[in-house]
Parts: sequence; C-alpha cells; structure tokens
Amino acid sequence: MTARVRATTAGVPVAAVAVAALGALFFLVPLAGLVWRAPWSGLLDELGDPDVREALRLSLVCSLGATALSLVVGVPLAWVLARGRFPGRRLLRALTTLPMVLPPVVGGVALLLAFGRRGLAGQWLDQWFGVRLPFTTAGAILAETFVAMPFLVLTAEAGFRSADERLEEAARTLGARPWTVFRRVTLPLVTPSLAAGAVLAWARALGEFGATITFAGNFPGETQTTPLKVYLLLESRPDAAIVLSLVLLAVSLAVLVGLRSRWLGSA
Amino acid sequence: MTLRATVALTRGTLDLDVSLDLAMGQTVAVLGPNGAGKTTLLRALAGLQPLIRGHVTLDGEVLEDVAAGTCRRPEERSIGVVFQDYLLFPHLSALDNVAFGLRCRGLARPDARRRAAGWLERFGLGDRLAAKPGELSGGQAQRVALARALATDPRLLLLDEPLSALDASTRLEVRRELRRHLASFPGVRMVVTHDPLEAIALADVLVVLEEGRVVQTGTPADVTARPRSRYVGELVGVNLFRATGAGDRVVLAGGETLQVPGAWADDVFALVHPRAVSLHRREPEGTPRNVWKGTADSLDREAERVRVRVGGPIPIVAEVTPAAVADLALADGGAVWVSVKATEIEVYPA
Repeated sequence: MTARVRATTAGVPVAAVAVAALGALFFLVPLAGLVWRAPWSGLLDELGDPDVREALRLSLVCSLGATALSLVVGVPLAWVLARGRFPGRRLLRALTTLPMVLPPVVGGVALLLAFGRRGLAGQWLDQWFGVRLPFTTAGAILAETFVAMPFLVLTAEAGFRSADERLEEAARTLGARPWTVFRRVTLPLVTPSLAAGAVLAWARALGEFGATITFAGNFPGETQTTPLKVYLLLESRPDAAIVLSLVLLAVSLAVLVGLRSRWLGSA
Repeated sequence: MTLRATVALTRGTLDLDVSLDLAMGQTVAVLGPNGAGKTTLLRALAGLQPLIRGHVTLDGEVLEDVAAGTCRRPEERSIGVVFQDYLLFPHLSALDNVAFGLRCRGLARPDARRRAAGWLERFGLGDRLAAKPGELSGGQAQRVALARALATDPRLLLLDEPLSALDASTRLEVRRELRRHLASFPGVRMVVTHDPLEAIALADVLVVLEEGRVVQTGTPADVTARPRSRYVGELVGVNLFRATGAGDRVVLAGGETLQVPGAWADDVFALVHPRAVSLHRREPEGTPRNVWKGTADSLDREAERVRVRVGGPIPIVAEVTPAAVADLALADGGAVWVSVKATEIEVYPA
C-alpha cells in the first residue's frame, strides 16, 4: 500500500477496509456497467428518436409540475409543522413523511382508491367537475407529487426551524404585519432550504415509476414518463433504454454535485 | 409624554410584578442581576410577552389592559427596540435594515431609503450603507440597530443590554455616543442592563430590579450612596446590613449588634465602607466600639488595594493595603480581629 493509503486507513481494521472496498464496488460496478455498455456512437441518434424525446419531454413536464405543486402545498405545510403548536402535530408530520418509506406501487394503489373514478374523492371529482385523474398526465403529476413532496416538506421544515424567530420579533417591533414578516424576513432566510428541497423533490419526481405506472398507466405521450419508457424498451430496444438511463443518471449526478455542500457535509 | 405601566406576569420560575412611571426627557435604566426579569419586562412593554395582570399606557394611549381585554400587537405599537444581539436582518444591507420600519409603515422604497441614509449619516455610517450586517464591526452594527429603531420616530425606545455584545475597548466610546443620542431622543426611553457602570453612565433614573420586584428607584447618585439591597451594595462595593434599630445600636439579622451614631428604631440599613474596617492580629484596645473576632477567608487584589473577606459573626469586607496584608500575613488566613468605628457606620431607614 502507498503511504497515503496507509495514512488514511490508519486506525481502521484491515477487515473493515476490505468490506468497505466491496461495498464501494457494489455501487460502482452497476454504474460502470451502464457507462461501458452505452452505445456511444449511436447516442445522438437514439436521443433524436421521437419516442425517446416524447418520454423525456413528458418527464420534464410532469416532474416540474410535481415540484410546483409540492412547493405550493408543501411550503405552508412545512411552516405549520415548524411553527405551529397544536395537538396531532407529530401525527401530521408522520403522515407527510409516510410516502418516503411507502413502496411506490402501494402509493399508486392508494391513489387509485382515493382518486379513481369510483374512489373516495375521485367519485366527487368525476360527478361534480367531470375531472378524471387516473391514466392522465395530471394523474402522473399527482402520483409524482405524492412521492416527492415529503422531501420538500422535510427540508423546508428544517429550514423554518433554523430561521431565527427573534428576527421575526424584531421585524414585528418595526411595524411589520405577519404577512410582511413572512415575505420580507422569513422567506429570504429559508430560500436556500426551499431551493434544496425543491431540487430533491424534482429529482425524486423525475425518477418515480411504481406510483406513476399504477395510477397513471403507461400511455405514450400522456403518462409514459422516462422511467416507464426505460422499462418498456429494455426488451425491444435495449440501446434506447440504456441511453435514457444514462440521461437519468447524468441528472442524478448533477443534483448530487449541486447539493453536495448541503448533503455530503464537510467530507 | 409618559409611560405608565403595571406589568405582572410569570414566565418559568420568574414572577414579575413591576409598576413603572417613565417621563420623557430622561433615560431610565433598569438594573438587575441576570434572571431578575429585566428583559422580560422590556419584552412585555414591547408587546412580545403577554401580561397576566396590569396595563401599559403610552402617552395616554392604552397599549395593553388585561382587565379590559385589549392588547395591541407589537407591530401596532409606536416602539423602537434595540435588541441585545442587534438582530439585524442578515440578508439586507445596512440601508435596507434601517429603511425596513419605514417601508412597513407605508413609505415608498426610494423615500424610505433616503430617510434611512440620513439616519446612517448622522451616525457616521454614510460610507457603509450597502454593507451587510456580517461585514460590520460590533460598534457599527450597534449604531445600525439604533438607527433602525429610531428611524420610525417611535414614542417609546427600549434598549436591551445595548453594549453587552461589544468588547471592552469599543464599549466606552459607544457608550458615550449612546448617551448623546439618547439625550436627543424626544420620547420615553428605557435601557435594560446588568452592568452597573453602564446603568450609572447612561441613566438619569435608576430602577433596581431583583427577582421580579423593584427594590430601589432613584438617581444613580442616590442609589449608590444609599443602596437598599445586597445586590446594589455589592455592585457599589460596600458592606450593607439590614437591621433593626435599638437606640444607639442596631440589631442585625443574626442577632449581632453594631454601635451606630444617632438613635434608631424600626427597620434600617447600615452601610460600612470597606475602607472603614480595620483588621488586627490581636484584640485591639481603643475607641472603636465595634470589635469582634473573625477569620480571614479570602483576598481580592484590586490595583493598590486588597479586599479581605472576613468571616465570622458579622461577615464583612475590609479594604487594606498590600503592605498591611504582608505585615499581618493575612494570606495565611486564620483568626483576625475586626474593628469598625461607630461614626463610620451610615444608617438610614429601610
């Protein structure tokens, strides 16, 4: 071993280093496989394929829509969770984090039972407004919001908690009413957290498969987002599947790099 | 313009019950140890802490009245607050910080900024308008905080330990400036502090607060000449005893007596300056009427004087020279005789 490696692993038992190396390989080999098998020469052709581009376009639309919806609903929710004092607050927080651990396909089934045409809420949406969500683009957006919003809420709540409430008090003594306090003091202070939360939510929405395919189905141009397309193409056109996977991988890496200071700490 | 307030509330272990009558044109300093309730009192006047009992009336306008059920929120009160850590908005420049209150009250941004710039220039910060709070020195941040509080022309100015965040060297200069600015403020002003030097330097009227109650009010000179609580006594550096008069003697809490000038009955304070306390290794003979035996417990060197804490029937602090300490080998502790002339004891009604 070189002196540098020896220095950095000093104090760590050799066995642990060996297992850690295996762990690292476990993560690296699949990614390496993807890059190695990629059709680099035909990459641009595959990306130019209308089917592929449709899937990418739809993914962009749905993930951005899901992020926007998450922001609109999630920020006030995070605010209430961070600052509110009411019974059942812990339960509410548990509920909003549930989609993070729930198997996505189960989420999709639950959404069907809630917003399907004969669902708990869906029947009223259908009867009163003629709105049908399952198997539509809107449904895909809803499915992605369901799994992505918790990421935003959690990050935003942490941001609100860390914002110094005394600054809000100072603003009040200067004559600011609650909305002004929120707009001119609290919001600017939590914007970095909100931005990070939004990016996380967006990345999660982009990658969602189980809930989308269960609730929104697999209709090209309407609900067939990129992950669904990849799954479909794996049998018939593996090259196209690999290209799409690479796109998603590149996006994930970009998100990781962009949020590295926040996520990976001082490592 | 006056502030009349009766503030009664409990917060954790603090039970605050204070009545204040502050006139404009004078700076009132509320002095007390930590935990006395000074900051809570300030927050209650600002509307950040609800009262359980009492009222706050500023210039005839009722800001809060528990009995009547009215309470004006902080944003509806004509107040300016300088907080202990200044609490400048970190994402706004110094100029926008000072303009904040003006904009909240409806001024358009250019007008607010112009007025804010005027304030900052008056405080000597004309070249730091665009600086963010993180780029300002302690003294500069303090001035911005003061300008921000004054910019809205409040009728009540509240300052919470305005100098405590500064280092010792900046503190003196800023304190002088602050005194000047306060003197020119036309409304009612109240400073809260635990630092007696700060209180004495800034105040026209001192209010001493201990454990949620006012124990003494008066000019700094009055309060320091005739302290009415152990806290102030210690601050001023004198021995203060609570006693009951018995003719030409006073009886202390532990039953011990001191011979004093004059004739006293009722509750009194007996003040003995450490300078007036003499120490001896053998029982002294002579005129001093108050003589007893104690033990030299600890020494505190202060410049060219040494304060000796003497334990015993009447715990007392004596001030002697370093030479005397050496002569009597006081550093070794042990038994020591204390003598205090009766004429050196000042007695006044409690």
